[in-house]
Amino acid sequence: MYKIGIPRGMLYYDYYPLWNEFFKELGAEVVLSPKTNKDILDSGILSSVDEACLPVKILHGHVNYLKDKVDYLFIPKIISIRKKEYCCPKILGLPDMVRFSIDKLPPLLDTNLNLFKFDRKYKNAIYETGKCLDKDIKTIRRAYKSATESFERYTYLLNRGVIPIEAIKLYNKAFKDLNVNSKKSNMTIMVAGHPYNLYDEYLNMNLIDKLIDNNIKVLTPEMVSKENVIKYSNKLPKRMFWTHGRRIVGSAFSLIEEDKIDGIIYLSSFGCGMDSILIDLIERKANSYKVPFTLLTLDEQSGEAGVNTRIEAFIDMIKWRYKNGAYISTLR
Amino acid sequence: MVLTFPHLGNVHIAGKAFLEELGQEVVPPPPCTRKTLEIGTKYSPETMCLPFKINIGNYIESIEKGADTILITGSCGPCRFGYYSVLEKNILKDLGYDVDFIVFDPIREGIGQLKEGFNKAFNIKSHKDLIRAGKFGWQLIQRTDYLTQLANEKRAYAIDSYQVDWIMNDYHSQVETIFGAESMLKLINKTEERLQAIKIDEDKNPIKIGIIGEIYTIIEPFVNIEIEKKLGHMGVLVEKSLTPTKWVNHHVAKFPFGSKEENEKYKLAKPYLSTLVGGHGRETVGSAIYYALNGFDGVIQLLPLNCMPEIVAKSILPRVQRDYNIPIMTLVLDEMTGESGYLTRLEAFVDLLTRKREEEKNGKLLYGR
Repeated sequence: MYKIGIPRGMLYYDYYPLWNEFFKELGAEVVLSPKTNKDILDSGILSSVDEACLPVKILHGHVNYLKDKVDYLFIPKIISIRKKEYCCPKILGLPDMVRFSIDKLPPLLDTNLNLFKFDRKYKNAIYETGKCLDKDIKTIRRAYKSATESFERYTYLLNRGVIPIEAIKLYNKAFKDLNVNSKKSNMTIMVAGHPYNLYDEYLNMNLIDKLIDNNIKVLTPEMVSKENVIKYSNKLPKRMFWTHGRRIVGSAFSLIEEDKIDGIIYLSSFGCGMDSILIDLIERKANSYKVPFTLLTLDEQSGEAGVNTRIEAFIDMIKWRYKNGAYISTLR
Repeated sequence: MVLTFPHLGNVHIAGKAFLEELGQEVVPPPPCTRKTLEIGTKYSPETMCLPFKINIGNYIESIEKGADTILITGSCGPCRFGYYSVLEKNILKDLGYDVDFIVFDPIREGIGQLKEGFNKAFNIKSHKDLIRAGKFGWQLIQRTDYLTQLANEKRAYAIDSYQVDWIMNDYHSQVETIFGAESMLKLINKTEERLQAIKIDEDKNPIKIGIIGEIYTIIEPFVNIEIEKKLGHMGVLVEKSLTPTKWVNHHVAKFPFGSKEENEKYKLAKPYLSTLVGGHGRETVGSAIYYALNGFDGVIQLLPLNCMPEIVAKSILPRVQRDYNIPIMTLVLDEMTGESGYLTRLEAFVDLLTRKREEEKNGKLLYGR
């Protein structure tokens, strides 16, 4: 039986249920690295290039943790997951970055997934991955089918407003709404950003929990339905060519235009190229609809106290807006 | 309609002449200066990359000189360059400038849009005119690049390398006052003659350095703080892995197959980076190997801060350095780059290469290796 290591970083937060079920059905043992902690972050910083963004460094740390414990490391090379769209360039080169930055790695399962031109390449990528484990096509197909089913359950939970950190734990168990204790509150804040920033509790210093503790309902891009994301992102003057960017912009636009939120906190990691574009687009939209917007940029030197102060100030500011509704807001 | 376009090395010479041949009015952007960068940094999003900031500075300076339509190429790529036009439109609109944008996206985005842009920008009366002007433009791009490369070579071999600078400065100041393609070609020929007449030391065996990395930082001398000139005065022969000629050759002239040199670089990069990463990330890795195989002493990678594809390439280059035994230095550029620190690093790198060459030559003799 093979041991397959899945580092808890980057696209893990999007696809873990799918990957986990798939490899389990194929009879492999899945080894997941623990939640990000200081050791993982430090070893990641040491072994990656200085210019890389924080989530990429963290992924390097997780790989460092796993490399002696597994037979294979699963870091797929996801180039394009939707026709005529790409992922972030760093995701495109992720397996190569890891391979040439860290020594003594176990073999990488770096399946290429490129749907830029043809959708049918999807199946090939799955078979290719399965074949690395010496399985025949029939088994692979069966494994993939049952993996998709649990993945669908997971996405269903997301759309119902369960926060994915929890959904990953729960996707096979009963449905539990995390936002239940903040339902009474009348303030909803969207936390926008990439999944690997939003759901890594160490990286963002528990931002989402902090908001929930303040009786605030939290919405993230994953909680907006796909139809709305596509509908609103198509309003951009130019086709959005990043699938993940489309999700963030589309969900933010739809929540702003449908007047569902009281404010947006954008969580970005320093040096994210995609975010430098997305932030500008979303901030402009938020300003034109008079929705408060704040940006938190994280890197390995961020201090928790500063982040806390900024969140508190942001929440206070929104509260004042409602209290003094008859007056002209200082924002505009 | 008064056209303008962002700066990219010497492209403004060919661009200006090409559009003038088509009978359009052109305001070529004023040369990039500290002020251009300051304007750009002031109005751009903080975390955008350096080329964007320079572009914004270029536009605002040209608009103040009377331009009202901006020509740029687009892409739909994984690199953020594809979204430049949208953000730039928003920024200029917020600043109250009423300008038109004409964006040339790749053909696969729809040929109709591209055609419309062509008609609007080039004021095409007959295709004969367009082909004639296009030929001139292509010739000028090749000639200006040749001239830059010739100057680089002469600097490395010349007895007095500053003579090259005088001739080139003279040429650049005359370019701005000249109208039309034919007189431009005449000027280039004259400059070439003057460069050829410089006395050179033929016994010299200069250190050879290849410059690789992100296309804008390689080509635009203001952004890379005139790296070719600096290295040239140290007696180094410089070659750039990307020039406007190579770009046009790969993307336009040989479309859709691509030029021979670029395809070879893809092949060389394959063991390290088999798929695209956007921008010129794959070419960077390929060029490093290409220079190592062609007897260069060292390679310098240039990238603007935060450039996504080049970061991927940068993490691969240390392995190339080890496998091919060629020193590679990376220089990251942004609006905070200081000139003297930069110069020190270049000097140190050249010293290292000189020493390495001496050791390889005399090593056996001295140390019995």
